[in-house]
Amino acid sequence: MSQAPAATAHLETSTGLDNRKLLMWLFLGSECLFFGSLIAAYLLYRDKSVTGPYPEDVFDIPFTSVSAFQLLMSSVTMVLALSAIQRGNLRSMQLWLLATAFLGLLFVSGQAYEFTTFYHEGLHLDTNLFGTTFFVLTGFHGAHVTIGILILLSLFAVSLRGRIQQKDSLNVELAGLYWHFVDIVWIVIFTLVYLIQPGN
Amino acid sequence: MTLADYRKRNGADQAEVQPFTVEGVHESTHPGPLEYAQIGLILVVITAVEVGIYYLGISQTLLVTALVVFSASKFTLVVLWFMHLKFDAPLFSWIFVLGFLLALSIFTVAIATLDGKLV
Repeated sequence: MSQAPAATAHLETSTGLDNRKLLMWLFLGSECLFFGSLIAAYLLYRDKSVTGPYPEDVFDIPFTSVSAFQLLMSSVTMVLALSAIQRGNLRSMQLWLLATAFLGLLFVSGQAYEFTTFYHEGLHLDTNLFGTTFFVLTGFHGAHVTIGILILLSLFAVSLRGRIQQKDSLNVELAGLYWHFVDIVWIVIFTLVYLIQPGN
Repeated sequence: MTLADYRKRNGADQAEVQPFTVEGVHESTHPGPLEYAQIGLILVVITAVEVGIYYLGISQTLLVTALVVFSASKFTLVVLWFMHLKFDAPLFSWIFVLGFLLALSIFTVAIATLDGKLV
């Protein structure tokens, strides 16, 4: 089952590792702090609202479960894109990249729909503490997904010009690391924000 | 001039140039498409179980414990397999774990200090 070795191993840098990959991991480490703080703020303030709507009034778990499924599947298609380019299969990589971007787009569309629904149900950014912390947390996550989609589409466009070959698989791997991180953040948000509610 | 250039110019051998490179990293391999699909399937099943138990009406403590365990399992699977920390150089794992633990510390201190609660 195993295939091409990681393209980054054994480089002539002071660490022996590719600096771009090292920088990406440092960035993701710092992003843990960013989202950790936002999630903590949400959990602190969600049940301190003095007026509604409250989480149980607006959350639509079946709908959000489908969104979570879409993002989870996009991680699978992303890693398949990396696998394809590492095997030198450019066409397959392009298809998987497009599939990943499409699933990401579905997720963001779902989030836009959810935000709109909440808005019509009376939950705004300044309605109560739940609204403020919820929109800031999930809004920042949605912004990250949107940036990820732009990165994926850029990679796709560059690959159409023939500027991504098997030897450039690190570019796809770096985009993948970012994308998977966005996915694991949603895994945490889905559980702590949507499924675990006070007194459900 | 980079540190690597300096060492190269001064005749340092390859092992000295790469202090963090661990034996076996060069031979590290990423899994194939079938393994990725299998991991994807496991993730889908865990998510389905998560949503399923949400509607079961079990006690709050049991529900929260189960959901946190399932979520942590999915998190770990994605990080180890899809982000390749299981196969890559340990330095990447250390960087990520450090960031994650710092985030967890902030999270715990904030919840404890400001009288927040998970359930």
